Amino acid sequence: MTRWSRFNIASIVVGFGFLYLPIVLLVIFSFNESKLVTVWAGFSTKWYVSLFQNQALIDAAWVTIRVALLSATLATVLGTLAALALTRYRRFHGRVLFSGMVYAPLVMPEVITGLSLLLLFVAIGLDRGFWTITLAHITFTMCFVAVVVQSRLVTFDRSIEEAAQDLGATPVATFFQVTLPVIAPAVFSGWVLAFTLSLDDLVIASFTTGPGATTLPMRIYSQVRLGVTPEINAACTILIGVVAFGVLVASIVTRTRENQRERDERAAAAV
Amino acid sequence: MSKALSALSSRLVIIIPFVWLLIFFLAPFFIVFRISLSTTAIAMPPYTPVFDLADGISGILEGIREFSFDNYVWLTQDALYFNAYISSLTIAAISTFLTLLIAYPVAYGMAQAPRSIRPTLLMLVILPFWTSFLIRVYAWIAILKPEGLLNQLLLFLGVIDSPLVILNTNTAIYIGIVYSYLPFMVLPIYSALEKMDGSLVEAAQDLGCTPTTAFWKVTFPLSLPGVVAGCMLVFIPAVGEFVIPDLLGGSETLMIGKTLWNEFNANRDWPVSSAVAIILLMILVVPIMFFQNAQTKSEGR
Repeated sequence: MTRWSRFNIASIVVGFGFLYLPIVLLVIFSFNESKLVTVWAGFSTKWYVSLFQNQALIDAAWVTIRVALLSATLATVLGTLAALALTRYRRFHGRVLFSGMVYAPLVMPEVITGLSLLLLFVAIGLDRGFWTITLAHITFTMCFVAVVVQSRLVTFDRSIEEAAQDLGATPVATFFQVTLPVIAPAVFSGWVLAFTLSLDDLVIASFTTGPGATTLPMRIYSQVRLGVTPEINAACTILIGVVAFGVLVASIVTRTRENQRERDERAAAAV
Repeated sequence: MSKALSALSSRLVIIIPFVWLLIFFLAPFFIVFRISLSTTAIAMPPYTPVFDLADGISGILEGIREFSFDNYVWLTQDALYFNAYISSLTIAAISTFLTLLIAYPVAYGMAQAPRSIRPTLLMLVILPFWTSFLIRVYAWIAILKPEGLLNQLLLFLGVIDSPLVILNTNTAIYIGIVYSYLPFMVLPIYSALEKMDGSLVEAAQDLGCTPTTAFWKVTFPLSLPGVVAGCMLVFIPAVGEFVIPDLLGGSETLMIGKTLWNEFNANRDWPVSSAVAIILLMILVVPIMFFQNAQTKSEGR
């Protein structure tokens, strides 16, 4: 039943226009000659030049990238374990509590997560800064990784794992040689999601940071409060470019892996 | 030996993420609750501890006697907080409804699209979600400003004579929330509609339903799980939203996320902001459990 009516097309065009127009305008005005963001005065890349002379912004970008790389990697490990626990073990003590703790952070308002983590760090006497932001980011992004990996695991054919174990592989070896290669695309997109969520976070980072660790969103936010400038547009455009590039690479990798897997399966079936 | 090892490894799969979440997700709530019962002090950290684990049982009992509900009493006495809760819930509810109105036709159109272009459409909905939330909200400032792009366009077209004031009003907050959370609403509705058996609608129409009645009697009820999941994904975070009311809303806009932020960062009143957070959590506990139920059900898919 594909009735691709004019109404359907119109609603998609309007919806997608709404989603993309603000981003497109932001990118266009980052190349504006004028200091005013809303009046076009000719093409210029001067804001990008001034951006690369803004040491505070560059320092913040480095902090952000280091936090994001570290937290995304650890969150992927923890999130994958959580997804395995949820799909493979139907019954264990505290399963309801566990699944609750995995799903609640997905919708928890950031101000609550940020405040509660800060109070935890103060209570246990941890010095606030780079490491506390990283710990906070691991905690809230691992749940997103868990959901992404879990959705792949529920459609996973367990019989190939059983075959491996029948042939004498230990559960750990089975996981690394059979399960992980199959779920790798989901694990990878989980990592990319955790990375961009960490890159993006303002509220939780602001609560859990300390002296010396200012992230890029915090820097952008404090500049935005002073007014809209083309320099921030330029910074945003670079961020969008980096993320778009990452997503593109991720989707190409995923598609190649999936195609390869399908080809392998067909080849195996033919034998 | 290897059996013991494999039993241990399967235990660890559960124990490692479980313990992590207990320490970094659940335990902090108890700390927030404890601090919400303490009194403000000019010190670092700026509150008097209610009890110290080092004091042992007697110390804890002593501490419980010193519990102070002053912060909660304070919250009920100051109309500011009550109004902030009410206006957050109202703004979140209205925005969720508006998001649904825009997202449903988009999701429906996507589900009706030729099978070959569906992955591309799906990708296009997900893509904005990957770009920074802060940047997407920021982009609207230049559009909604009195001398911004929207007013320039409307003045040019002759629709209006003088610029509309949209930025720093609740309208701007609605636009911001609808815009930022739209993908969260489209995706679950789309996945519910895509799974639907198209022959059901045909059967209804064969039995004499008009396309409109068939939609309301068959398609919409079947898409309800997606609608509910989408509404929860928008409503719950929107209630505690901070960035959108702060950047797009005006100074008179009251939202609880912003109140909490100010209480914490500007007034440095940790006990009161903890109490604000605990009450917000109690308000949201019902919708959150509702959401978790829906998630757990979809797990068995």
